[in-house]
Amino acid sequence: MEITVHQIMFALFSAIILVFSVLTVTTRRILRAATFLLLVLVSTAGLYFMLNYQFMAGVQLTLYAGGIVVLIIFSILLTSHISQKFEAVGWRKAYFSALASIAGAILCITTILQHKFQATTEAAKEIDMKLIGNSLLGTGRDGYVLPFEVISVLLLAAMIGAIVVAKRKKTKE
Amino acid sequence: MPFTFSFYDFTGFTQWIDVTLRGACSPFWAVLWEMVIVGVLFLAFYAVVGLYLVYAERKVCAFIQNRVGPNRVGPYGFFQTIADLIKLLMKEIISIREADKLLFNLAPFIVIITSFLALAAIPFAKGLHPIDLNIGVFYVMAISSMGVVGILLAGWSSNSKYSLLGAMRSGAQIISYELSVGMSLIAICVLAGSMQLSTIVEGQRDLWFIFKGHFPAVTAFIIYMIAATAETNRGPFDLAEAESELAAGFHTEYSGIKFAFFFLAEYMNMFIVASLAATIFWGGWMPLHIPGLESFNHVMDFIPPVIWYVGKTVVIILIMMWFKWTFPRLRIDQLLNLEWKFLLPISLVNILIMAFIVLMGWQIGL
Repeated sequence: MEITVHQIMFALFSAIILVFSVLTVTTRRILRAATFLLLVLVSTAGLYFMLNYQFMAGVQLTLYAGGIVVLIIFSILLTSHISQKFEAVGWRKAYFSALASIAGAILCITTILQHKFQATTEAAKEIDMKLIGNSLLGTGRDGYVLPFEVISVLLLAAMIGAIVVAKRKKTKE
Repeated sequence: MPFTFSFYDFTGFTQWIDVTLRGACSPFWAVLWEMVIVGVLFLAFYAVVGLYLVYAERKVCAFIQNRVGPNRVGPYGFFQTIADLIKLLMKEIISIREADKLLFNLAPFIVIITSFLALAAIPFAKGLHPIDLNIGVFYVMAISSMGVVGILLAGWSSNSKYSLLGAMRSGAQIISYELSVGMSLIAICVLAGSMQLSTIVEGQRDLWFIFKGHFPAVTAFIIYMIAATAETNRGPFDLAEAESELAAGFHTEYSGIKFAFFFLAEYMNMFIVASLAATIFWGGWMPLHIPGLESFNHVMDFIPPVIWYVGKTVVIILIMMWFKWTFPRLRIDQLLNLEWKFLLPISLVNILIMAFIVLMGWQIGL
């Protein structure tokens, strides 16, 4: 069997995701955990690029890698010192979290295995940005404008809430 | 396939390489060889551009400050930065005892890899475009938003107060100004009707977007220039590495080649930002065409696209250097006020106006 570049890349990305996911939860330094999480998210974006879903990959990079991880790192920078290390977790905690994650993995794997994957001979499609834009703001059958607007209102509320919380502290001082 | 090479259109040349490689070996190795060729070319390009931007910066700075600048190594000091690089390569890499070694060593690589990745989406000339993603502009934005992670890690893991303060400042700065960069680019994406960089360049065949889009395009360009200068941590927004207050900011503790990585990445980011501005606003490799002046357009077509691309990028880089050596440094509160109270609202309104113009079909040259 001929190995294609795609397969090698897939193996590489999956290996990075697996190894660094485990490292993210096992490392005892908090900033290292954030960095490993970043690597996991970036490799996921790589998988999206491989699937030719470039918009999704871009969103993954901006929102998760460039947005959320940067926020996490920022808050770590403000709150924790370099010499800080987490204590090793007790056996009971480790035991139950292992149990929970294994149960989750079994649930996911059985769901995936139940799905019938059909091989297609169609060429990989490139999703046009116009299509995404039109359906995101469309009011017709495949339009997503209502959820889009609802989420915007939610975000606005969260933003106002954050400002109120930040302001209140200042007046107390 | 016969060998073809032309300075006006590289498509034939790159296709010739592809066909020859595919004829000579299996598809797997052909792809691998192509990756190696592109990689080596980019490495060389990266080194040369980085070095000569440093040289240009010194010369421009010297010119503005009425000095001579580097003039000993080679004619006009032309090899000065190469000598500097050799010096940096030979320096000892000091390892910090109390630092988080893993992150300390990782940080320069994150910074340099992100700038390398962003470079891949830039169209250099017709047919010289490493990857033409259909989200080109968004991709460059997404990738460059990750560079800040390297800076934050560098500042924290060095276990030094100067580094930490520098990293915090530059983090706050980059995250805020990223928004304005994105918003000003979106205004032009509205005008172009696409985020694909090749389509954006093709769309400027009759006239560059900065002229096509009336005043919103000019406003977007000005906002982009301000925000991009801030995003690359350059003066007057260089308070992240304000020498007089913070030693050298986030890379205070780095030495030798690791410091050179940060230094190179900084200049390369400036190059990427400038070439993105040239591509989006000034037409990239597209020659200056004015609708109605046929003979003028033909004369402009005689200048190869590569020259146009390099020329525009160099002009924008010079403008950015001019900024740096002209304006005094901002304070952190002034910096954040400028972004959140002025640039961001203006660019949001700007997008609305641009959308209205496109909706009414008022663009020049339609």
